[in-house]
Amino acid sequence: MLCDVCKTETASVFLTQIVDGKMQKVNMCEACSKEKGVSDPTGFALADLLLGMGAAQPVERGGAEGTRCPQCGFTQTEFKKTGRLGCSVCYQTFAEGLEPMLKGMHKGIKHTGKCPERLQRTQERASAMRDLNEALRKAVIEEQYEEAATLRDKIKALEREV
Amino acid sequence: MPIRSIFNKGSDWLRSEGPHHQIVVSSRVRLARNLAGVPFPGWAKKVERMDTLEKIRAKVESLPEMADAYSFACQDLTALEKQVLVERHLISREHAAKGAGSAVVMNRRQTLSIMLNEEDHLRMQSIRAGLQLKAAFKAVNKVDTELEQSVDFAFDAELGYLTACPSNVGTGMRASAMLHVPGLVLSEQINQVIQAVNKIGLAVRGLYGEGTEALGNLFQISNQITLGEREEEIIERLQKVILQIIEHEKNARQNLLQQRSNTLLDQIGRSYGTLRYAYGMGSKEALNLLSMVKLGCDLGFYPEEKQHVVDELFMETQPAHLQKGSQKKLATEERDILRAGIIRGKLEGFEPPDVSGAMARVEPKAASAAEPPSSLPDPPMEGSI
Ligand SMILES: [Zn+2]
Ligand SMILES: [Zn+2]
Repeated sequence: MLCDVCKTETASVFLTQIVDGKMQKVNMCEACSKEKGVSDPTGFALADLLLGMGAAQPVERGGAEGTRCPQCGFTQTEFKKTGRLGCSVCYQTFAEGLEPMLKGMHKGIKHTGKCPERLQRTQERASAMRDLNEALRKAVIEEQYEEAATLRDKIKALEREV
Repeated sequence: MPIRSIFNKGSDWLRSEGPHHQIVVSSRVRLARNLAGVPFPGWAKKVERMDTLEKIRAKVESLPEMADAYSFACQDLTALEKQVLVERHLISREHAAKGAGSAVVMNRRQTLSIMLNEEDHLRMQSIRAGLQLKAAFKAVNKVDTELEQSVDFAFDAELGYLTACPSNVGTGMRASAMLHVPGLVLSEQINQVIQAVNKIGLAVRGLYGEGTEALGNLFQISNQITLGEREEEIIERLQKVILQIIEHEKNARQNLLQQRSNTLLDQIGRSYGTLRYAYGMGSKEALNLLSMVKLGCDLGFYPEEKQHVVDELFMETQPAHLQKGSQKKLATEERDILRAGIIRGKLEGFEPPDVSGAMARVEPKAASAAEPPSSLPDPPMEGSI
Protein backbone atom coordinates (compact mmCIF):
# COMPACT_ATOMS: atom_id res chain seq x y z
CA MET A 1 0.00 0.00 0.00
CA LEU A 2 1.38 3.38 -1.01
CA CYS A 3 1.56 6.47 1.16
CA ASP A 4 -1.41 8.79 0.53
CA VAL A 5 0.75 11.86 0.97
CA CYS A 6 3.87 11.33 -1.15
CA LYS A 7 2.42 8.44 -3.19
CA THR A 8 5.88 6.88 -3.54
CA GLU A 9 6.88 5.23 -0.25
CA THR A 10 5.17 2.21 1.27
CA ALA A 11 2.67 3.16 3.94
CA SER A 12 3.41 1.93 7.45
CA VAL A 13 1.23 4.28 9.49
CA PHE A 14 -2.50 3.79 9.28
CA LEU A 15 -4.98 6.23 10.67
CA THR A 16 -8.68 5.73 10.78
CA GLN A 17 -11.03 8.17 12.32
CA ILE A 18 -14.73 8.39 12.18
CA VAL A 19 -16.01 11.90 12.46
CA ASP A 20 -19.71 12.60 12.18
CA GLY A 21 -20.35 9.09 10.99
CA LYS A 22 -17.95 9.39 8.09
CA MET A 23 -14.95 7.12 8.09
CA GLN A 24 -11.80 8.91 7.11
CA LYS A 25 -8.72 6.91 6.38
CA VAL A 26 -5.16 7.93 5.75
CA ASN A 27 -2.18 5.70 5.09
CA MET A 28 1.26 7.18 5.37
CA CYS A 29 4.91 6.28 5.17
CA GLU A 30 7.13 6.80 8.19
CA ALA A 31 8.69 9.98 6.79
CA CYS A 32 5.39 11.64 5.89
CA SER A 33 3.82 10.73 9.23
CA LYS A 34 6.77 12.36 10.98
CA GLU A 35 6.53 15.42 8.80
CA LYS A 36 2.83 15.73 9.49
CA GLY A 37 3.46 15.40 13.21
CA VAL A 38 1.28 12.31 13.49
CA SER A 39 3.38 11.10 16.37
CA ASP A 40 2.06 13.83 18.58
CA PRO A 41 -1.73 13.66 18.79
CA THR A 42 -1.99 16.85 20.81
CA GLY A 43 -0.54 18.72 17.89
CA PHE A 44 -2.18 16.67 15.23
CA ALA A 45 -5.58 16.36 13.72
CA LEU A 46 -6.54 14.13 10.86
CA ALA A 47 -8.30 17.16 9.48
CA ASP A 48 -4.94 18.84 8.89
CA LEU A 49 -3.86 15.99 6.74
CA LEU A 50 -7.07 15.88 4.82
CA LEU A 51 -6.83 19.61 4.29
CA GLY A 52 -3.55 19.12 2.58
CA MET A 53 -5.04 16.48 0.32
CA GLY A 54 -7.91 18.20 -1.37
CA ALA A 55 -10.36 18.55 1.49
CA ALA A 56 -9.78 22.28 1.33
CA GLN A 57 -11.90 22.38 -1.81
CA PRO A 58 -15.08 23.58 -0.09
CA VAL A 59 -13.27 26.78 0.73
CA GLU A 60 -12.37 27.20 -2.88
CA ARG A 61 -15.98 26.89 -3.88
CA GLY A 62 -17.19 29.39 -1.34
CA GLY A 63 -16.56 33.05 -2.09
CA ALA A 64 -15.08 34.48 -5.23
CA GLU A 65 -11.68 33.36 -6.42
CA GLY A 66 -8.96 35.64 -5.21
CA THR A 67 -10.78 36.88 -2.12
CA ARG A 68 -8.29 38.54 0.17
CA CYS A 69 -8.62 38.97 3.93
CA PRO A 70 -8.92 42.74 4.48
CA GLN A 71 -7.13 42.41 7.81
CA CYS A 72 -4.11 40.30 6.87
CA GLY A 73 -4.09 39.87 3.09
CA PHE A 74 -4.44 36.09 3.28
CA THR A 75 -5.86 34.26 0.25
CA GLN A 76 -7.59 30.95 -0.40
CA THR A 77 -4.61 29.78 -2.39
CA GLU A 78 -2.52 30.04 0.75
CA PHE A 79 -5.11 28.14 2.72
CA LYS A 80 -5.09 25.33 0.21
CA LYS A 81 -1.34 25.11 0.57
CA THR A 82 -1.05 25.10 4.35
CA GLY A 83 -4.48 24.31 5.76
CA ARG A 84 -3.97 27.23 8.14
CA LEU A 85 -5.63 30.64 8.13
CA GLY A 86 -3.89 34.03 8.27
CA CYS A 87 -5.63 35.76 11.15
CA SER A 88 -8.78 35.69 13.24
CA VAL A 89 -10.62 37.92 10.74
CA CYS A 90 -10.04 35.25 8.06
CA TYR A 91 -12.85 33.29 9.73
CA GLN A 92 -15.25 36.03 8.59
CA THR A 93 -13.57 36.61 5.26
CA PHE A 94 -13.80 32.95 4.27
CA ALA A 95 -16.88 32.12 6.37
CA GLU A 96 -18.95 30.78 3.49
CA GLY A 97 -16.38 28.22 2.47
CA LEU A 98 -15.32 27.33 5.98
CA GLU A 99 -18.77 26.40 7.19
CA PRO A 100 -19.14 23.05 5.39
CA MET A 101 -15.59 22.16 6.40
CA LEU A 102 -16.23 22.93 10.05
CA LYS A 103 -19.46 20.96 9.93
CA GLY A 104 -17.60 17.93 8.64
CA MET A 105 -14.85 18.20 11.24
CA HIS A 106 -16.76 19.05 14.38
CA LYS A 107 -19.98 18.51 16.24
CA GLY A 108 -21.99 21.41 14.87
CA ILE A 109 -20.66 24.89 14.32
CA LYS A 110 -21.72 26.65 17.50
CA HIS A 111 -19.20 27.02 20.31
CA THR A 112 -20.69 26.02 23.64
CA GLY A 113 -17.62 26.06 25.85
CA LYS A 114 -15.61 28.65 27.70
CA CYS A 115 -15.98 32.34 26.98
CA PRO A 116 -13.45 34.98 28.06
CA GLU A 117 -14.61 36.44 31.39
CA ARG A 118 -14.33 40.06 30.36
CA LEU A 119 -16.28 39.44 27.19
CA GLN A 120 -18.92 37.60 29.13
CA ARG A 121 -19.25 40.53 31.54
CA THR A 122 -19.57 42.96 28.63
CA GLN A 123 -22.23 40.82 27.04
CA GLU A 124 -24.12 40.43 30.29
CA ARG A 125 -23.97 44.18 30.84
CA ALA A 126 -25.20 44.86 27.33
CA SER A 127 -28.13 42.55 27.75
CA ALA A 128 -28.97 44.01 31.21
CA MET A 129 -28.84 47.46 29.63
CA ARG A 130 -31.25 46.40 26.90
CA ASP A 131 -33.68 45.04 29.48
CA LEU A 132 -33.52 48.20 31.59
CA ASN A 133 -34.05 50.50 28.62
CA GLU A 134 -37.02 48.47 27.49
CA ALA A 135 -38.54 48.61 31.00
CA LEU A 136 -37.91 52.36 31.11
CA ARG A 137 -39.67 52.89 27.80
CA LYS A 138 -42.70 50.98 29.09
CA ALA A 139 -42.71 52.84 32.38
CA VAL A 140 -42.71 56.19 30.58
CA ILE A 141 -45.55 55.15 28.26
CA GLU A 142 -47.56 53.93 31.23
CA GLU A 143 -46.72 57.13 33.11
CA GLN A 144 -45.13 55.18 35.98
CA TYR A 145 -42.78 58.05 36.78
CA GLU A 146 -41.52 56.73 40.10
CA GLU A 147 -40.65 53.43 38.48
CA ALA A 148 -38.99 55.28 35.58
CA ALA A 149 -36.81 57.28 37.96
CA THR A 150 -35.60 54.09 39.67
CA LEU A 151 -34.81 52.54 36.28
CA ARG A 152 -32.86 55.64 35.21
CA ASP A 153 -30.76 55.39 38.34
CA LYS A 154 -30.03 51.75 37.60
CA ILE A 155 -29.03 52.55 34.04
CA LYS A 156 -26.70 55.30 35.24
CA ALA A 157 -25.12 52.93 37.76
CA LEU A 158 -24.54 50.32 35.06
CA GLU A 159 -22.99 52.93 32.76
CA ARG A 160 -20.59 53.98 35.48
CA GLU A 161 -19.32 50.38 35.80
CA VAL A 162 -17.92 50.39 32.30
CA MET B 1 18.55 29.87 33.97
CA PRO B 2 20.72 27.43 32.02
CA ILE B 3 18.81 24.66 30.31
CA ARG B 4 21.23 22.08 31.71
CA SER B 5 19.59 22.43 35.09
CA ILE B 6 16.32 21.21 33.55
CA PHE B 7 18.05 18.24 32.06
CA ASN B 8 19.45 17.16 35.37
CA LYS B 9 16.07 17.46 36.97
CA GLY B 10 13.42 15.01 35.82
CA SER B 11 9.87 16.05 35.09
CA ASP B 12 7.58 15.92 38.09
CA TRP B 13 4.90 14.05 36.23
CA LEU B 14 7.38 11.37 35.31
CA ARG B 15 8.45 10.67 38.87
CA SER B 16 5.13 10.87 40.62
CA GLU B 17 2.43 8.25 40.56
CA GLY B 18 -0.99 9.29 39.40
CA PRO B 19 -4.27 7.38 39.46
CA HIS B 20 -4.18 4.23 37.31
CA HIS B 21 -0.46 4.81 36.81
CA GLN B 22 0.16 1.18 35.86
CA ILE B 23 -1.77 1.67 32.64
CA VAL B 24 -2.03 5.43 32.15
CA VAL B 25 1.43 6.95 31.93
CA SER B 26 0.38 10.58 31.66
CA SER B 27 -2.47 12.97 30.93
CA ARG B 28 -2.10 16.18 28.97
CA VAL B 29 -4.42 19.05 28.14
CA ARG B 30 -3.48 21.92 25.87
CA LEU B 31 -5.31 25.09 24.96
CA ALA B 32 -4.62 27.05 21.78
CA ARG B 33 -5.09 30.82 21.99
CA ASN B 34 -4.38 33.76 19.69
CA LEU B 35 -4.26 37.50 20.11
CA ALA B 36 -7.09 39.40 18.48
CA GLY B 37 -6.16 41.49 15.46
CA VAL B 38 -2.68 40.04 15.01
CA PRO B 39 -1.83 37.60 12.18
CA PHE B 40 -1.29 33.99 13.27
CA PRO B 41 2.42 33.07 13.63
CA GLY B 42 2.59 31.13 10.37
CA TRP B 43 1.35 34.12 8.35
CA ALA B 44 2.87 36.96 10.39
CA LYS B 45 5.95 38.80 9.18
CA LYS B 46 9.03 38.34 11.29
CA VAL B 47 8.75 41.80 12.87
CA GLU B 48 5.13 41.07 13.78
CA ARG B 49 6.13 37.77 15.34
CA MET B 50 8.90 39.40 17.35
CA ASP B 51 6.49 42.10 18.45
CA THR B 52 3.83 39.58 19.55
CA LEU B 53 6.42 37.52 21.36
CA GLU B 54 7.70 40.50 23.27
CA LYS B 55 4.16 41.44 24.26
CA ILE B 56 3.03 38.06 25.53
CA ARG B 57 6.27 36.64 26.86
CA ALA B 58 6.40 39.15 29.71
CA LYS B 59 2.78 38.46 30.60
CA VAL B 60 3.31 34.71 30.61
CA GLU B 61 6.46 35.01 32.70
CA SER B 62 4.64 37.10 35.27
CA LEU B 63 1.94 34.48 35.86
CA PRO B 64 1.96 33.25 39.47
CA GLU B 65 2.31 29.69 38.13
CA MET B 66 5.47 30.75 36.35
CA ALA B 67 7.29 32.15 39.37
CA ASP B 68 10.92 31.13 38.83
CA ALA B 69 10.04 29.50 35.52
CA TYR B 70 12.40 28.50 32.75
CA SER B 71 12.00 30.73 29.71
CA PHE B 72 13.86 30.08 26.48
CA ALA B 73 13.88 31.74 23.08
CA CYS B 74 13.91 28.98 20.47
CA GLN B 75 17.02 30.31 18.74
CA ASP B 76 18.99 30.04 21.99
CA LEU B 77 18.50 26.29 22.23
CA THR B 78 20.51 23.67 20.33
CA ALA B 79 18.75 21.01 18.29
CA LEU B 80 19.61 18.41 20.93
CA GLU B 81 18.26 20.56 23.75
CA LYS B 82 15.02 21.09 21.89
CA GLN B 83 14.79 17.36 21.21
CA VAL B 84 15.06 16.62 24.94
CA LEU B 85 12.11 18.95 25.50
CA VAL B 86 10.19 17.14 22.76
CA GLU B 87 10.89 13.77 24.38
CA ARG B 88 9.55 15.16 27.64
CA HIS B 89 6.44 16.42 25.85
CA LEU B 90 7.23 19.98 26.91
CA ILE B 91 7.32 21.30 23.35
CA SER B 92 6.00 19.94 20.05
CA ARG B 93 8.12 18.66 17.19
CA GLU B 94 6.94 21.67 15.18
CA HIS B 95 8.07 24.06 17.88
CA ALA B 96 11.48 22.42 17.99
CA ALA B 97 11.93 23.48 14.37
CA LYS B 98 11.25 27.15 15.19
CA GLY B 99 13.92 29.82 15.49
CA ALA B 100 13.83 33.55 16.23
CA GLY B 101 10.39 34.84 17.20
CA SER B 102 9.33 31.76 19.13
CA ALA B 103 9.88 30.80 22.76
CA VAL B 104 8.82 28.42 25.49
CA VAL B 105 8.12 29.14 29.14
CA MET B 106 7.74 26.25 31.58
CA ASN B 107 7.42 25.90 35.30
CA ARG B 108 10.19 24.35 37.33
CA ARG B 109 8.24 21.16 37.97
CA GLN B 110 7.78 20.81 34.20
CA THR B 111 4.06 20.24 34.57
CA LEU B 112 3.06 23.41 32.75
CA SER B 113 4.56 24.66 29.50
CA ILE B 114 3.54 27.51 27.27
CA MET B 115 4.80 27.63 23.70
CA LEU B 116 4.80 31.11 22.21
CA ASN B 117 4.38 31.51 18.46
CA GLU B 118 4.02 27.85 17.68
CA GLU B 119 1.18 27.38 15.18
CA ASP B 120 -0.92 29.64 17.41
CA HIS B 121 0.31 32.57 19.46
CA LEU B 122 -0.08 30.56 22.64
CA ARG B 123 -0.15 26.84 23.15
CA MET B 124 -0.57 26.22 26.86
CA GLN B 125 -0.18 22.71 28.15
CA SER B 126 -0.50 20.98 31.48
CA ILE B 127 0.84 17.45 32.12
CA ARG B 128 0.00 15.14 35.00
CA ALA B 129 1.08 11.64 35.94
CA GLY B 130 -1.49 8.90 35.49
CA LEU B 131 -5.10 9.53 34.63
CA GLN B 132 -5.67 13.13 35.70
CA LEU B 133 -7.31 14.82 32.75
CA LYS B 134 -9.55 16.92 34.96
CA ALA B 135 -6.67 18.15 37.10
CA ALA B 136 -4.63 18.91 34.00
CA PHE B 137 -7.51 20.86 32.50
CA LYS B 138 -8.12 22.74 35.73
CA ALA B 139 -4.50 23.86 35.87
CA VAL B 140 -4.26 25.06 32.28
CA ASN B 141 -7.72 26.62 32.41
CA LYS B 142 -6.68 28.69 35.42
CA VAL B 143 -3.67 30.02 33.54
CA ASP B 144 -5.90 30.88 30.59
CA THR B 145 -8.34 32.75 32.82
CA GLU B 146 -5.49 34.70 34.37
CA LEU B 147 -4.08 35.69 31.00
CA GLU B 148 -7.50 36.71 29.78
CA GLN B 149 -7.63 39.47 32.36
CA SER B 150 -4.98 41.41 30.47
CA VAL B 151 -4.86 39.91 26.97
CA ASP B 152 -7.58 40.13 24.32
CA PHE B 153 -7.80 36.68 22.79
CA ALA B 154 -9.30 36.16 19.36
CA PHE B 155 -12.80 34.95 20.21
CA ASP B 156 -16.01 34.77 18.24
CA ALA B 157 -19.42 34.34 19.90
CA GLU B 158 -20.34 31.66 17.35
CA LEU B 159 -17.05 29.88 16.70
CA GLY B 160 -15.35 30.35 20.07
CA TYR B 161 -11.57 30.69 20.27
CA LEU B 162 -10.16 31.27 16.80
CA THR B 163 -7.12 29.21 15.86
CA ALA B 164 -4.78 29.04 12.90
CA CYS B 165 -6.13 25.62 11.93
CA PRO B 166 -9.91 25.19 11.68
CA SER B 167 -9.56 21.79 13.33
CA ASN B 168 -8.80 23.47 16.67
CA VAL B 169 -11.42 26.21 16.60
CA GLY B 170 -13.97 26.41 19.43
CA THR B 171 -12.43 25.28 22.70
CA GLY B 172 -8.93 25.17 21.22
CA MET B 173 -8.51 22.21 23.52
CA ARG B 174 -6.79 18.90 22.91
CA ALA B 175 -6.85 16.46 25.81
CA SER B 176 -4.85 13.25 25.61
CA ALA B 177 -3.63 10.35 27.69
CA MET B 178 -0.71 8.01 27.09
CA LEU B 179 -1.66 4.40 27.75
CA HIS B 180 0.56 1.38 28.25
CA VAL B 181 -1.48 -1.60 27.08
CA PRO B 182 0.72 -4.68 26.50
CA GLY B 183 -2.18 -6.94 27.49
CA LEU B 184 -4.38 -5.68 24.67
CA VAL B 185 -1.51 -5.95 22.19
CA LEU B 186 -0.46 -9.46 23.24
CA SER B 187 -4.03 -10.73 23.13
CA GLU B 188 -4.57 -9.05 19.76
CA GLN B 189 -7.49 -6.98 20.97
CA ILE B 190 -5.84 -3.64 20.34
CA ASN B 191 -7.19 -3.11 16.84
CA GLN B 192 -10.72 -3.71 17.98
CA VAL B 193 -10.25 -1.19 20.74
CA ILE B 194 -8.82 1.37 18.32
CA GLN B 195 -11.72 0.90 15.94
CA ALA B 196 -14.22 1.30 18.75
CA VAL B 197 -12.53 4.43 20.01
CA ASN B 198 -12.39 5.89 16.50
CA LYS B 199 -16.10 5.38 16.10
CA ILE B 200 -16.85 7.93 18.78
CA GLY B 201 -14.72 10.67 17.26
CA LEU B 202 -11.63 10.14 19.38
CA ALA B 203 -8.20 9.66 17.86
CA VAL B 204 -5.70 6.96 18.69
CA ARG B 205 -2.13 7.52 17.81
CA GLY B 206 -1.67 4.47 15.68
CA LEU B 207 2.01 4.40 14.92
CA TYR B 208 1.83 0.74 14.23
CA GLY B 209 2.73 -0.73 10.94
CA GLU B 210 0.95 -3.50 9.13
CA GLY B 211 1.51 -6.78 10.93
CA THR B 212 3.81 -5.26 13.51
CA GLU B 213 3.24 -4.01 16.99
CA ALA B 214 3.15 -0.55 18.50
CA LEU B 215 6.35 0.81 19.93
CA GLY B 216 6.59 -0.06 23.60
CA ASN B 217 2.87 -0.90 23.57
CA LEU B 218 2.23 2.79 24.13
CA PHE B 219 -0.79 4.53 22.65
CA GLN B 220 -2.13 8.01 22.95
CA ILE B 221 -5.79 8.73 22.80
CA SER B 222 -7.19 12.21 22.34
CA ASN B 223 -10.27 14.20 21.33
CA GLN B 224 -10.57 15.35 17.72
CA ILE B 225 -13.60 17.57 17.96
CA THR B 226 -13.12 21.02 19.45
CA LEU B 227 -16.28 22.80 18.31
CA GLY B 228 -19.82 22.11 19.53
CA GLU B 229 -18.94 20.47 22.84
CA ARG B 230 -17.99 22.03 26.14
CA GLU B 231 -14.51 21.42 27.55
CA GLU B 232 -15.91 19.43 30.46
CA GLU B 233 -18.01 17.27 28.15
CA ILE B 234 -15.02 16.47 25.97
CA ILE B 235 -12.92 15.50 28.97
CA GLU B 236 -15.72 13.51 30.57
CA ARG B 237 -16.18 11.47 27.41
CA LEU B 238 -12.46 10.87 26.98
CA GLN B 239 -12.16 9.89 30.64
CA LYS B 240 -15.00 7.36 30.35
CA VAL B 241 -13.45 5.74 27.31
CA ILE B 242 -10.05 5.53 28.98
CA LEU B 243 -11.55 3.91 32.08
CA GLN B 244 -13.10 1.29 29.83
CA ILE B 245 -9.80 0.65 28.10
CA ILE B 246 -8.16 0.25 31.53
CA GLU B 247 -10.73 -2.41 32.40
CA HIS B 248 -10.12 -4.21 29.11
CA GLU B 249 -6.38 -4.09 29.67
CA LYS B 250 -6.71 -5.48 33.20
CA ASN B 251 -8.90 -8.31 31.95
CA ALA B 252 -6.49 -9.05 29.13
CA ARG B 253 -3.59 -9.27 31.59
CA GLN B 254 -5.55 -11.55 33.87
CA ASN B 255 -6.49 -13.83 31.01
CA LEU B 256 -2.91 -14.01 29.79
CA LEU B 257 -1.78 -14.90 33.27
CA GLN B 258 -4.37 -17.63 33.59
CA GLN B 259 -4.36 -19.09 30.12
CA ARG B 260 -1.02 -18.26 28.58
CA SER B 261 1.17 -17.87 31.60
CA ASN B 262 4.09 -19.74 30.10
CA THR B 263 4.33 -17.55 27.03
CA LEU B 264 3.88 -14.45 29.14
CA LEU B 265 6.59 -15.43 31.61
CA ASP B 266 8.88 -16.41 28.78
CA GLN B 267 8.54 -13.00 27.16
CA ILE B 268 9.04 -11.09 30.37
CA GLY B 269 12.02 -13.24 31.32
CA ARG B 270 13.65 -12.89 27.91
CA SER B 271 13.12 -9.13 27.92
CA TYR B 272 14.69 -8.90 31.35
CA GLY B 273 17.64 -11.03 30.26
CA THR B 274 18.30 -9.00 27.12
CA LEU B 275 18.07 -5.67 28.89
CA ARG B 276 20.27 -6.88 31.70
CA TYR B 277 23.08 -8.30 29.57
CA ALA B 278 23.03 -6.73 26.10
CA TYR B 279 25.92 -4.54 24.89
CA GLY B 280 24.08 -2.89 22.00
CA MET B 281 20.48 -1.80 22.04
CA GLY B 282 18.39 0.27 19.59
CA SER B 283 15.79 2.66 20.97
CA LYS B 284 12.86 0.75 19.50
CA GLU B 285 14.09 -2.55 20.88
CA ALA B 286 14.65 -0.93 24.26
CA LEU B 287 11.10 0.41 24.33
CA ASN B 288 9.59 -2.96 23.51
CA LEU B 289 11.69 -4.84 26.05
CA LEU B 290 11.10 -2.24 28.74
CA SER B 291 7.39 -2.53 28.08
CA MET B 292 7.49 -6.23 28.97
CA VAL B 293 9.52 -5.64 32.13
CA LYS B 294 7.10 -2.86 33.09
CA LEU B 295 4.31 -5.36 32.66
CA GLY B 296 6.27 -7.73 34.90
CA CYS B 297 6.46 -4.98 37.53
CA ASP B 298 2.70 -4.43 37.31
CA LEU B 299 2.12 -8.16 37.77
CA GLY B 300 4.26 -8.21 40.89
CA PHE B 301 7.22 -10.15 39.48
CA TYR B 302 9.63 -7.49 40.70
CA PRO B 303 9.77 -5.59 44.00
CA GLU B 304 7.52 -2.57 43.91
CA GLU B 305 10.31 -0.03 44.40
CA LYS B 306 11.89 -1.15 41.12
CA GLN B 307 9.03 0.19 39.10
CA HIS B 308 10.31 3.76 38.84
CA VAL B 309 13.67 2.49 37.55
CA VAL B 310 11.89 1.00 34.55
CA ASP B 311 9.70 4.07 34.07
CA GLU B 312 12.76 6.30 34.07
CA LEU B 313 14.49 4.11 31.51
CA PHE B 314 11.62 4.69 29.07
CA MET B 315 12.67 8.34 28.98
CA GLU B 316 16.42 7.98 29.55
CA THR B 317 16.87 5.67 26.56
CA GLN B 318 15.25 8.09 24.10
CA PRO B 319 17.81 9.37 21.57
CA ALA B 320 18.17 12.95 22.83
CA HIS B 321 18.07 12.06 26.51
CA LEU B 322 20.75 9.50 25.86
CA GLN B 323 23.05 12.07 24.29
CA LYS B 324 22.43 15.02 26.55
CA GLY B 325 25.51 14.23 28.60
CA SER B 326 27.74 13.73 25.58
CA GLN B 327 30.00 16.44 24.23
CA LYS B 328 29.64 15.43 20.60
CA LYS B 329 26.92 13.99 18.43
CA LEU B 330 26.96 10.20 18.57
CA ALA B 331 26.61 7.80 15.68
CA THR B 332 23.83 5.21 15.82
CA GLU B 333 26.16 2.41 16.87
CA GLU B 334 27.73 4.53 19.60
CA ARG B 335 24.26 5.40 20.83
CA ASP B 336 23.25 1.74 20.95
CA ILE B 337 26.34 0.87 22.98
CA LEU B 338 25.73 3.78 25.34
CA ARG B 339 22.06 2.88 25.70
CA ALA B 340 22.82 -0.73 26.56
CA GLY B 341 25.37 0.44 29.12
CA ILE B 342 22.92 2.79 30.81
CA ILE B 343 20.29 0.06 30.98
CA ARG B 344 22.75 -2.47 32.42
CA GLY B 345 23.78 0.07 35.02
CA LYS B 346 20.26 0.90 36.05
CA LEU B 347 19.22 -2.72 36.22
CA GLU B 348 22.14 -3.70 38.40
CA GLY B 349 20.76 -5.42 41.46
CA PHE B 350 17.48 -5.93 39.65
CA GLU B 351 16.75 -9.55 40.52
CA PRO B 352 15.27 -11.97 37.96
CA PRO B 353 11.48 -12.04 37.90
CA ASP B 354 9.94 -13.80 40.89
CA VAL B 355 6.74 -15.28 39.60
CA SER B 356 5.81 -17.43 42.60
CA GLY B 357 3.47 -14.90 44.17
CA ALA B 358 1.65 -14.00 41.00
CA MET B 359 1.33 -17.62 39.93
CA ALA B 360 0.00 -18.66 43.32
CA ARG B 361 -2.80 -16.16 42.87
CA VAL B 362 -3.93 -17.70 39.61
CA GLU B 363 -3.18 -21.30 40.62
CA PRO B 364 -6.75 -22.42 41.36
CA LYS B 365 -7.99 -21.65 37.87
CA ALA B 366 -4.82 -22.73 36.14
CA ALA B 367 -4.90 -26.07 37.93
CA SER B 368 -8.54 -26.83 37.23
CA ALA B 369 -8.32 -26.20 33.51
CA ALA B 370 -5.62 -27.53 31.28
CA GLU B 371 -3.82 -24.80 29.41
CA PRO B 372 -5.73 -24.24 26.16
CA PRO B 373 -3.90 -24.30 22.86
CA SER B 374 -1.97 -21.23 22.02
CA SER B 375 -4.03 -18.30 20.92
CA LEU B 376 -1.30 -15.83 21.68
CA PRO B 377 0.68 -14.35 18.81
CA ASP B 378 4.41 -14.80 18.62
CA PRO B 379 6.41 -12.70 21.01
CA PRO B 380 6.18 -9.17 19.62
CA MET B 381 9.86 -8.43 20.15
CA GLU B 382 11.15 -11.02 17.77
CA GLY B 383 12.49 -9.55 14.59
CA SER B 384 11.16 -6.12 15.43
CA ILE B 385 14.44 -4.38 16.03
ZN1 LIG C 1 4.94 9.38 2.17
ZN1 LIG D 1 -6.94 37.33 7.87
